[in-house]
Amino acid sequence: MRSDVTQYELTAPATLAAVLAQLAAEPGKHTPIAGGTELMVALGVGRLGAKSLLSINHLRELRFIRVDDDAIHIGAGTTFSDIRRNADIARDLPLLVQSASWTGSVANQNRGTLGGNICNASPAADTPPALLAYGATVTLISATGMRTMPYTEFHLGYKRTALRPDELLHTITVPRVFAGWKQHIRKVGTRNAQAISKTALACVAKLHGETITELRIGAASLADRPIRCYATEAALTGASLAASDLESTVRAGRAALAQEAKPIDDIRSTGRYRSIVAANLLEEFLRSLAG
Amino acid sequence: MSTMQLTINGKRHALDVPPMKRLLDVLREDAHLTGTKEGCGEGECGACAVLLNGELVNSCLVPALQANGATLCTIEGVAHEQHLHPIQQCFLENGGAQCGICTPGMVLATHHLLDKYPNPTMEQIKEGLAGNLCRCTGYMRIFESVQEAAQALSLNPDP
Repeated sequence: MRSDVTQYELTAPATLAAVLAQLAAEPGKHTPIAGGTELMVALGVGRLGAKSLLSINHLRELRFIRVDDDAIHIGAGTTFSDIRRNADIARDLPLLVQSASWTGSVANQNRGTLGGNICNASPAADTPPALLAYGATVTLISATGMRTMPYTEFHLGYKRTALRPDELLHTITVPRVFAGWKQHIRKVGTRNAQAISKTALACVAKLHGETITELRIGAASLADRPIRCYATEAALTGASLAASDLESTVRAGRAALAQEAKPIDDIRSTGRYRSIVAANLLEEFLRSLAG
Repeated sequence: MSTMQLTINGKRHALDVPPMKRLLDVLREDAHLTGTKEGCGEGECGACAVLLNGELVNSCLVPALQANGATLCTIEGVAHEQHLHPIQQCFLENGGAQCGICTPGMVLATHHLLDKYPNPTMEQIKEGLAGNLCRCTGYMRIFESVQEAAQALSLNPDP
């Protein structure tokens, strides 16, 4: 059943400060809407619970890409197309560009925002694995100020985040420390364009000779939320990729990831299938490092 | 209800519509421009694609208020008077249009693609049209139509 659009309120306060003031005055009453690529789908099929929406799509304050010596700062209102067009992101954060290119079609990438992808908090979302692997931090803003936290602390459970009802996600910050690291991302879905992931793995690794000295893994759909795979990272840090050790390193990595993954069964896949495919993706990454 | 100011295909409209009404429905029901089609209503098929301030968007996912003040191009604005646009002509001549439901979105997605990449590779064509589903042609004729349109436009860039 399609929704009756006359039952919904939508306003577009002129400034970020005005949006934050309204969120603070009536906490929990209003739902922010940016590009609409998620909430308008819910509206279309009669599943949009929020009755009062605040448009933040037009806020220039949230749409920026700023680069300094240490980090790239991306405004939450930055679209996937903005990300794909940016030369600094292309150079430093190829995994983010790749995942942005998977997020729906060109028409949806022109509207959908990085902040929306994060705050919608789907465990299958395309950009979180890359941001988790890159060690991103997120800055939240409210009428009373800003606070910054590691992105790993933002997702609290299935579709639950650290955002308070009076807050908006403001900035996603990624450190510029990955020159010389090996970077890899792969999504498995029905197809890359449009289809939502069954699972996805983003990996960055620093090598010394044939030894993994640092490793970070972000994953989609291996839990009820996007996760960093800390235990798998620990199991593989210090591991050797030398020809004589590679098979045992691969086995250890697969075993650690199988232990760590707690994927859900849903409409798109089963937990068992997701665990096996994620282990295959990890193995592919490890062999590419050795190759 | 709110009053939306829209410039559609060069013509100004002031329309009283609920702010959450889908732009797709505003175009079809309020502006009476029914060339824009509804396919899935979920942003997956591209049948409702239009250009909003020059950017390709799925109009089923745009609330009316977010288009307030915008300049829109729909399929009705692509042809020049009695003359088809080269993109339309190439779809016609190459069998790129069959039942016609996907065609308005395909033509506007092609328009957007050729603005970005005047001489697109096959890879760029496939990616540019990946959000537009066609159940008739099998796509090959559409890809050929786009290639021919790119050639036609490179000979006559401002039709």
